[in-house]
Amino acid sequence: MRYFLTLFILAVVGAVTVLGFRGDKSRKPPRMAEIFPDLNIQPKLRPQTVTKFGGFADGASSRPFPSGTIAQSIGFNNNTAWEETPLNTGRDAKGFVEVNPVPVTADLLKRGQERFNIYCQPCHGAQGDAAGGIVKKLGASTVANLQDQRIVRMNDGELFNTISNGKSTMMGYAGQVPVSDRWAIVAYVRALQLSRLGFKDDVPAPVLEKLK
Amino acid sequence: MQNRAMSFIFPKWTNTLPLKVAVGAVLVANAAGAGVWYYLTPKYTRVGYTPKQPIAFSHAIHSDQLGIDCRYCHSAVEKSWFSNIPASSTCMNCHSLVLKDDPKLALVRESYQTGKPIPWVQVHKVPDYVYFNHSVHVNRGISCVHCHGQINHMDEVQHAKPLSMGFCLDCHRAPEEKIRPVDLVTQLDWQGAVNGKQLVHDWNVKPGQSCSTCHR
Ligand code: HEC
Ligand code: HEC
Ligand code: HEC
Ligand code: HEC
Ligand code: HEC
Ligand code: HEC
Repeated sequence: MRYFLTLFILAVVGAVTVLGFRGDKSRKPPRMAEIFPDLNIQPKLRPQTVTKFGGFADGASSRPFPSGTIAQSIGFNNNTAWEETPLNTGRDAKGFVEVNPVPVTADLLKRGQERFNIYCQPCHGAQGDAAGGIVKKLGASTVANLQDQRIVRMNDGELFNTISNGKSTMMGYAGQVPVSDRWAIVAYVRALQLSRLGFKDDVPAPVLEKLK
Repeated sequence: MQNRAMSFIFPKWTNTLPLKVAVGAVLVANAAGAGVWYYLTPKYTRVGYTPKQPIAFSHAIHSDQLGIDCRYCHSAVEKSWFSNIPASSTCMNCHSLVLKDDPKLALVRESYQTGKPIPWVQVHKVPDYVYFNHSVHVNRGISCVHCHGQINHMDEVQHAKPLSMGFCLDCHRAPEEKIRPVDLVTQLDWQGAVNGKQLVHDWNVKPGQSCSTCHR
């Protein structure tokens, strides 16, 4: 019995040493013995995955857009992205449109605030005054201050165009931010600018009372 | 005479043999059972999986220190079943301004110029017979943290939750313990109190438990 117990304890200790504990860091992919792996890994295309089944020659499961084309489904109201309307380009026959073609509502501003904080705040800062993370951290000093007079005077259409296509060292956000959200962001940037340009008289009396 | 012959056939120690065999068998069976329970479930096989990535990209730096929202990079997570890995152009938004020539980012620049994808190693995956959808969860106030752990503090992405069927069902049976306001879904450190029952009731949240919810 003594020998058996010693062996038993050795075996348990050995197993735990080799197998480790739950949650241990491991570099090896988690594969259990699979009897019928074809249900787990089906011959179908998955996004962003290298595939041996029916994929393209380079192994990708999808193609990038051919240049100069646009996916119909990503437009405003689903299907108009290919139309050269002021809504989609920020321009009309005279140049950049002056005012936001989307009616500015509280909901739009709220959406704009959320999207601004996701996509613009890292560089331009929550107030738009170029105090975002990367400026603070590494002094990427070329980031524009959105409270600047020059930008305050810009047409809404030009702001829209900057978000879509970028401007010199800032890259475009057309891939991440759909058209409707870009106009929401434009509206919110205007609100941010107004917040620094307002006069005392613009503030409703009860609020002013609180601020004192 | 007869007695001696018997004791020759069965020496004295055999008296306790049945007991010893029984104890031994119980020990071995328990150890085997414990081993299966402990080692053969996704809690052991998956949790902790940390593949080596081609670029030492750190969520701790980008999410926590720089405060970039998850959706800046995983921009499809609210709209689609699939949460995309960002394109190299997304990295270049910033890395054309900061760490422009850093050797750690050589692969990103190459990918951006040639269009060759960066070979990121996939960490989380449900089997192909499971139907999963990110947008239904994220738009219903289920935070990334419940299924991916504290990604925002990881230097390397590690598989933190088992993502087994039992794991999914635990929450589908009691979403009120995990649910939170939708705008806090990407705030992984958020710890505030919320009346989960109220939210579940107001939004009419009813996660399916029938097999066809996830196996269709
Ligand atoms: C990766 C950092 C970064 C992010 C994120 C970013 N920008 Fe910029 N932005 C810049 C830089 C850098 C400039 C200065 C470009 C220059 O003049 O070289 C700039 C300039 C601008 C300008 C002024 C353009 C002009 O005409 O001079 C506007 C307006 C602007 N950004 C709006 C936005 C909005 C809206 C967003 C969110 C959708 C955004 N930016 C996100 C870095 C960024
Ligand atoms: C919003 C801006 C931004 C975006 C987007 C971004 N980064 Fe960074 N990244 C930074 C900044 C700022 C640093 C410098 C942090 C520091 O030095 O502490 C950095 C640092 C790094 C480093 C070096 C970390 C180290 O150990 O020094 C790597 C590698 C990196 N980023 C990879 C990426 C990859 C890959 C992507 C695309 C998925 C990406 N980054 C997207 C801003 C960004
Ligand atoms: C700067 C861009 C960026 C940001 C911001 C970001 N991620 Fe990621 N994420 C990546 C990249 C690139 C990868 C692939 C490389 C890797 O796995 O480390 C990734 C991988 C992941 C994975 C693992 C994917 C897999 O293969 O299973 C998860 C989960 C994830 N991110 C969640 C998050 C969450 C949650 C947040 C917000 C707290 C976040 N990410 C913020 C760029 C980003
Ligand atoms: C209800 C659980 C759940 C929630 C909540 C969740 N995820 Fe996931 N995530 C998963 C599962 C399961 C997978 C594996 C999916 C698959 O097999 O393709 C996954 C995969 C991923 C991937 C890798 C995609 C790939 O195939 O390369 C990323 C990136 C990711 N999630 C990011 C996020 C982010 C960011 C959030 C929060 C905004 C989030 N997830 C919220 C369960 C979840
Ligand atoms: C932390 C909680 C939580 C976890 C974990 C979770 N879910 Fe869910 N799931 C929900 C909630 C909440 C809903 C939304 C139900 C609703 O909208 O009524 C949902 C909805 C779904 C739906 C859509 C249901 C329908 O009726 O169309 C699917 C499919 C699903 N979950 C699959 C999964 C799978 C697979 C996993 C495991 C990888 C998982 N879920 C893990 C909370 C969770
Ligand atoms: C909330 C989502 C969800 C529901 C509901 C669900 N499953 Fe599953 N099921 C899963 C996931 C996720 C897996 C993959 C588990 C894994 O890979 O560890 C799975 C795996 C399985 C497996 C394979 C187990 C294995 O280890 O190979 C079977 C069989 C199964 N489910 C049957 C069912 C049946 C029967 C029902 C209805 C009573 C059901 N499932 C309901 C999510 C679900």
